[in-house]
Amino acid sequence: MSGGGESAMSDITRDHIYRMIEKNQRADGRKREDFRSINVETGFIKSAGGSAMVHLGDTRVLAGIKSIVGEPFPDTPDKGVLTTNAELIPLASETFESGPPKQPSIELARVVDRGIREGQAVDFQKLCIKAGEEVWINYVDIHILDYDGNLFDAANIAAVAALKTAIIPASKFEKGEDYPFPMKHLPISATFAKVNGHLISDPSFDEENVASARLTVVTTENGKLCAMQKGLGGSLTRAEVEKAIELSLEFGSKVRKQVFDV
Amino acid sequence: MGGATTDLKLINEKGLRIDGRRPDELRPLKIEAGVLKRADGSAYVEWGENKVLAAVYGPRECHPRHMQNPTRAIVQCNYNMASFSVSDRKRPGPDRRSQEISKILSEALEHVVFTYLFPRTSIDVYIEVLQANAGTRCAGLVAASVALADAGVPMKDLIASCAAGKVADTIVLDLRNEEDNFGSADVPLGIVPRTGEIVLLQMDGDLSVEEFKTALSMSTDACHRIYAIQKEALRKKYCVAPAVIPAEVANAIHEVATEKPEGSDVPPNEMPGTPKEGLQ
Repeated sequence: MSGGGESAMSDITRDHIYRMIEKNQRADGRKREDFRSINVETGFIKSAGGSAMVHLGDTRVLAGIKSIVGEPFPDTPDKGVLTTNAELIPLASETFESGPPKQPSIELARVVDRGIREGQAVDFQKLCIKAGEEVWINYVDIHILDYDGNLFDAANIAAVAALKTAIIPASKFEKGEDYPFPMKHLPISATFAKVNGHLISDPSFDEENVASARLTVVTTENGKLCAMQKGLGGSLTRAEVEKAIELSLEFGSKVRKQVFDV
Repeated sequence: MGGATTDLKLINEKGLRIDGRRPDELRPLKIEAGVLKRADGSAYVEWGENKVLAAVYGPRECHPRHMQNPTRAIVQCNYNMASFSVSDRKRPGPDRRSQEISKILSEALEHVVFTYLFPRTSIDVYIEVLQANAGTRCAGLVAASVALADAGVPMKDLIASCAAGKVADTIVLDLRNEEDNFGSADVPLGIVPRTGEIVLLQMDGDLSVEEFKTALSMSTDACHRIYAIQKEALRKKYCVAPAVIPAEVANAIHEVATEKPEGSDVPPNEMPGTPKEGLQ
């Protein structure tokens, strides 16, 4: 599961999901390839440099950006730093526990981070204040508030939307004037699950619980792939991967158009 | 209480506060019940610039097991601040402050829940502060009470909560950040409105006995106003006055209620295992 663990499910529910998917139906009225509706509200948190609340169906994720001044890494003296962290707080699901980050939240944060980094979403050179001495250290904190499956895409969209609307708080640190967070590209992820031999888009909580494999594909606006992650114990065929890529590109441009108007 | 000095004029010549409020005026308070799908009960509170979510899970099996009480349920409240909720990034995870708040809020809530009905179980309450501007423990308690009611947990009453304090030698209600940092006292209060019992009380700063009494009266009065808003939030979610149901909706409800199941197929929206849907 992309979440914190499995929850018990009855055989009858599982078989019901299987039967419906066989008929190209899903419990919430979607077809196999349909994603749920997305709603993004940016600027939700005033105390953050940038923020975005994302509803993907009933999944709800909040991302907030915080920037501070710090030292660059020795091997990238003229580049800023970006750290992504995901919190699967127990408020969001009975399958999440409090305490230090566990594997599912680490995987989630790293897949979101990889999409942003490899998709060259951020112009790291514009996050440099004085090469070798001072750069902006940026934290992307992702809070899961309500878990109904597919945290990867909800978290990705929340992180990208929060960054896109973030402000570098330069005046607060007496480093000149505030400026918008330097963004170059908009990598968007799309996640699929394999349920009883069928690939479905944007799995819900129950569907994730019965899925054998999961695949996340991150694409950019120039039609390129920038990150992928396969998860769970099952396998995928080459045709399924290709199908997922095709649907990812479609979903990516749809999200970019709806959320970022590009 | 910071008590730090500042050039900021906390009360102006007209007796108004930095955000234009009178001393006995609350910040705008909005409460919504049942906002999360996965939780058994939930509530969202916007109180001034505070944004707080509360979720309730349970009664459910008690973890850790040694906390189990064979005679009643325990209430485990977990207060947590998002790292982006405050001006400087807060390190994620529990710190000493949030542990203390979790404890006093658990104890307050335990007083109103009929815990003896659910021996050996735990009722878990999660309070997530998304944006903070002073008064988050009160906002959290207000949200948690509504979330418990939304979860259908039997309670003798909600808890209403509000802070009073002292800024620039004036007793004021519901301090905001600057007032909390540069003021001279802060008294968070939580009461059971129907009985007047005090279930949460803290104080820090410097107050005379008279000032404390004034603060307590002001916040008690405010709690009753807050209580009305809490009840309204629950009413908004659960009460549908029969007179306002349009005829076609009423007919549809009647049809659904009297419908005979077709074969063995379970309708998709009534799948076993689907979390309960609140009344819409």
